[in-house]
Amino acid sequence: MNNLLSIITFLPLVAAVILALFLRGDDEAAARNAKWLALAATVATFLFSLLLLTGFDPADTGFQFVEEGSWIMGLKYKMGVDGISVLFVLLTTFMMPLTIYASWGVTSRVKEYMIAFLLLETLMLGVFMALDLVLFYLFFEAGLIPMFLIIGIWGGKERIYAAFKFFLYTFLGSVLMLVAMVYMYVDAGTTDIPTLMSHKFGSDTFSLLGIQIVGGAQTLLFLAFFASFAVKMPMWPVHTWLPDAHVQAPTAGSVVLAAILLKMGGYGFLRFSLPMFPIGADVMATFVLWLSVIAIVYTSLVALVQEDMKKLIAYSSVAHMGYVTAGIFSLNQQGVDGAIFQMLSHGFISGALFLCVGVIYDRMHTREIDAYGGLVNRMPAYALIFMFFTMANVGLPGTSGFVGEFLTLVGMFQANTWVALIAASGVIFSAAYALYLYRRVVFGDLIKESLKSITDMDRREKMIFAPLVFMTLLLGVYPSLVTDLIGPSVEALLTNFHAAIPAEVAEMAQTASH
Amino acid sequence: MSSVDIQTVLPELILSVYAMIALLAAVYTSKDGLAKPLTWLTGAVMVVVALLVAGGDGARAAFGGMFLDDAYARFAKVAILLAAAAVLVMGEATMSRRGLLRFEYPILVTLGTVGMMMMVSAGDLMALYMGLELQSLSLYVVASLNRDSVKSTEAGLKYFVLGALSSGLLLYGASLTYGYAGTTLFSGIIQAASDGHVGLGLLIGLVFVTAGMAFKVSAVPFHMWTPDVYEGAPTPVTAFFATAPKLAAMGLFARVLFDAFGQAVGDWQQIIALLAVLSMFLGAIAAIGQTNIKRLMAYSSIAHMGFALLGLAAGSAYGVQAMLLYMAVYLTMNIGTFAFIMSMERDGRPIADISALNQFAVKDKLRGLAMLILLFSLAGVPPMLGFFAKYGVLIAAVQAGLTWLAVAGVVASVIGAFYYLRIVYYMYFGEEGEGLELKMSPAAWVALVGSAAIVVLGVVNFFGIETAAAAAAEALVN
Repeated sequence: MNNLLSIITFLPLVAAVILALFLRGDDEAAARNAKWLALAATVATFLFSLLLLTGFDPADTGFQFVEEGSWIMGLKYKMGVDGISVLFVLLTTFMMPLTIYASWGVTSRVKEYMIAFLLLETLMLGVFMALDLVLFYLFFEAGLIPMFLIIGIWGGKERIYAAFKFFLYTFLGSVLMLVAMVYMYVDAGTTDIPTLMSHKFGSDTFSLLGIQIVGGAQTLLFLAFFASFAVKMPMWPVHTWLPDAHVQAPTAGSVVLAAILLKMGGYGFLRFSLPMFPIGADVMATFVLWLSVIAIVYTSLVALVQEDMKKLIAYSSVAHMGYVTAGIFSLNQQGVDGAIFQMLSHGFISGALFLCVGVIYDRMHTREIDAYGGLVNRMPAYALIFMFFTMANVGLPGTSGFVGEFLTLVGMFQANTWVALIAASGVIFSAAYALYLYRRVVFGDLIKESLKSITDMDRREKMIFAPLVFMTLLLGVYPSLVTDLIGPSVEALLTNFHAAIPAEVAEMAQTASH
Repeated sequence: MSSVDIQTVLPELILSVYAMIALLAAVYTSKDGLAKPLTWLTGAVMVVVALLVAGGDGARAAFGGMFLDDAYARFAKVAILLAAAAVLVMGEATMSRRGLLRFEYPILVTLGTVGMMMMVSAGDLMALYMGLELQSLSLYVVASLNRDSVKSTEAGLKYFVLGALSSGLLLYGASLTYGYAGTTLFSGIIQAASDGHVGLGLLIGLVFVTAGMAFKVSAVPFHMWTPDVYEGAPTPVTAFFATAPKLAAMGLFARVLFDAFGQAVGDWQQIIALLAVLSMFLGAIAAIGQTNIKRLMAYSSIAHMGFALLGLAAGSAYGVQAMLLYMAVYLTMNIGTFAFIMSMERDGRPIADISALNQFAVKDKLRGLAMLILLFSLAGVPPMLGFFAKYGVLIAAVQAGLTWLAVAGVVASVIGAFYYLRIVYYMYFGEEGEGLELKMSPAAWVALVGSAAIVVLGVVNFFGIETAAAAAAEALVN
């Protein structure tokens, strides 16, 4: 199949259009049909995406399954995957059926809900496959619309504030990237991503408004992309939209946000920032490393004092994303491998944690930690699953969380010992807030009157968690499943990166970091 | 006057003759009783003339260079005619429901349209002024079409007084230009400024002419009339103001800057850049506080004019192409949005308060969705065409070395996104309110849903207007 990528990307869209056009009525039957159709479409998308794995050649570091066609305004419709992006595609297609299945309890505007999620899946998949700058931007930005509606319509009490904050924050970040893209097009004469990767953007130091810009145009371009990806990631100090969005979004929205949308930032760094502006990235690497460590320590401490479960997990997400950015900007094989690994693993674990919150939220309609306690007495299966993902979040060996954190720390250690030292303290903090949360919610005596009749997970809920548990364990004990696939592409990326940096700049960066 | 001249101005001639016949016919028969068929007939005639215009090719000059017919003029004319026809037809039901459908309305719109066609074809300062005044005078009258309403007559008067002032500025600039260039023909003026810079006298003339035209496109700081006129005029008339005349004025702007002062881009680039950045920011910021959707759309159009001027400021063929595409997309979005706004009613009275939209999209999914698409497109969010329009002018600006202007533009667009989102917020997440009736004629429904479909489906191939815009820009800038 030569257009496998297009099929994967647009299958959910087709399902959404069918839902919109042909599914009439607001009654229960229509809602049920909408759910089943959405589930079928996302499962079909996942099955198609498995074909990617069978045809993918890890040794080939170029783009595979490439499709190309002409498009408007001198742009190209070009899609393709390489070792870096292919697993994100799979992560997306893997998580979406679970998300849809987890939304079985939605009662209001079910059809629109499913359409929004299907649309979102198409746009997220497009982000990871697009090989044209503007096509990428299109998918990247358009994803804001369904997410804005998901938070705004199906969200909690403060949903409107959260929806606006989410939209405007990310929009501001990305329009600066748009200007950078326009500049790149004018400079290189193309928006083709593989071509731009080999294009050398200007790096001569110049002075702008009296400030010396080391690394010249590359540094400015890097910063413009950084504005977008750092917000998306999110990195400290532009992370404040995330806790709001997470807390207000419906469970499925939080899962998608944590598991997939946050990964777009990290993917963007690997796809654009490192290969296209190596000198800019090199100049800024130390800065980003330190931002990441601040994020790890600071947001872990903030997580420790949260009263709201979702907010706590949201802050823990920011901390874990700190490992990702630190790993990427360690600029060595272990660091980048670890960052990608951490993103995938975090996709499963944080998604599962939000689902765990969803399970009890559906029953009690509150996310206040104080409203719970002693759940183990009535919900043993839930306690087990929650325990498993809490441990995975902490980074217990044997779970995928450990591999990601360990690899990134190894990478950081090679780049900057101090950064690694401080980041490692985050491992302890994460154990502190995660176990503290677990103890308050699950352990103790069941004394609260309202919890006396709470029921354990039903079969549907167990079925949602099963694949996540499986993947977390599998990647935990057999990490080379991932690293073998991404290794060659990452190696090629780093070889090109280091080759592009002139000796004197590299030396400067070396001395600066020690 | 030769037969070639007549042939060149044939579309304008047809429309003028049609307007006069229609006027006589209506006056000597049943007057307002004829208004409804006349409106539809006018729409049909405009579409036919648009087809006639679209069929032309090559570049010709009539009346000794006073009137130009080239790809640029044709692109603008087709867009103007189609927009005018769409606005007439979709507003017919609303106008007659409010008792405003007088037979003068379609006729005045026709005459205004002839003026606009004249504007984009002008090859001479006199022709320019003639077209501009024909257009403006028609618009002043339609603005106060609702004779019994204080607001409507105020709008007309305000428009007239400020319009007269701007015409004065423009005329003064034109006379200075004539004085220093020795000719009113654009082809003559451009020779007087052929060494890359214009003399001081000519420069002052240029500045005044620019100010006069900036008034017509409602660029900041010449925008003050826009919100009041938009608010006061009957909504279908507002829809007309927001579409065709804006394109005509922008078309005229480009015509004068490139045909008459095209050798001295450096002299006017800064002015246009400044107008652009001020318009973008004022349009974005001032709209935030608006509760009246018509005033909000007025500020929105100011911001959009700023973006279109961004394309002009580039001073390149690509810039003009981007501007034309921007305007075409802008027309489409505004026609759809106004088809919606003009249908907002409660108990038979027009409503313009944004909060009336509360929960609208819950009850009326299709039209809510169409409006959602148009609003996101107006905000410039991909994958809607509004994004590609902005992308085009940004490229033009960066190519011309105006990166700072591009950065300012995108920052303004984020600020602007807020108020479009606010409408979405009312429609989708708002509290249950008093509700709203949306009485839509089939024509208005087609306009709303059709334009929403266009801005989404256009992402596939832009309906091919890109090549037409490129040819048009090539014809203007050479």
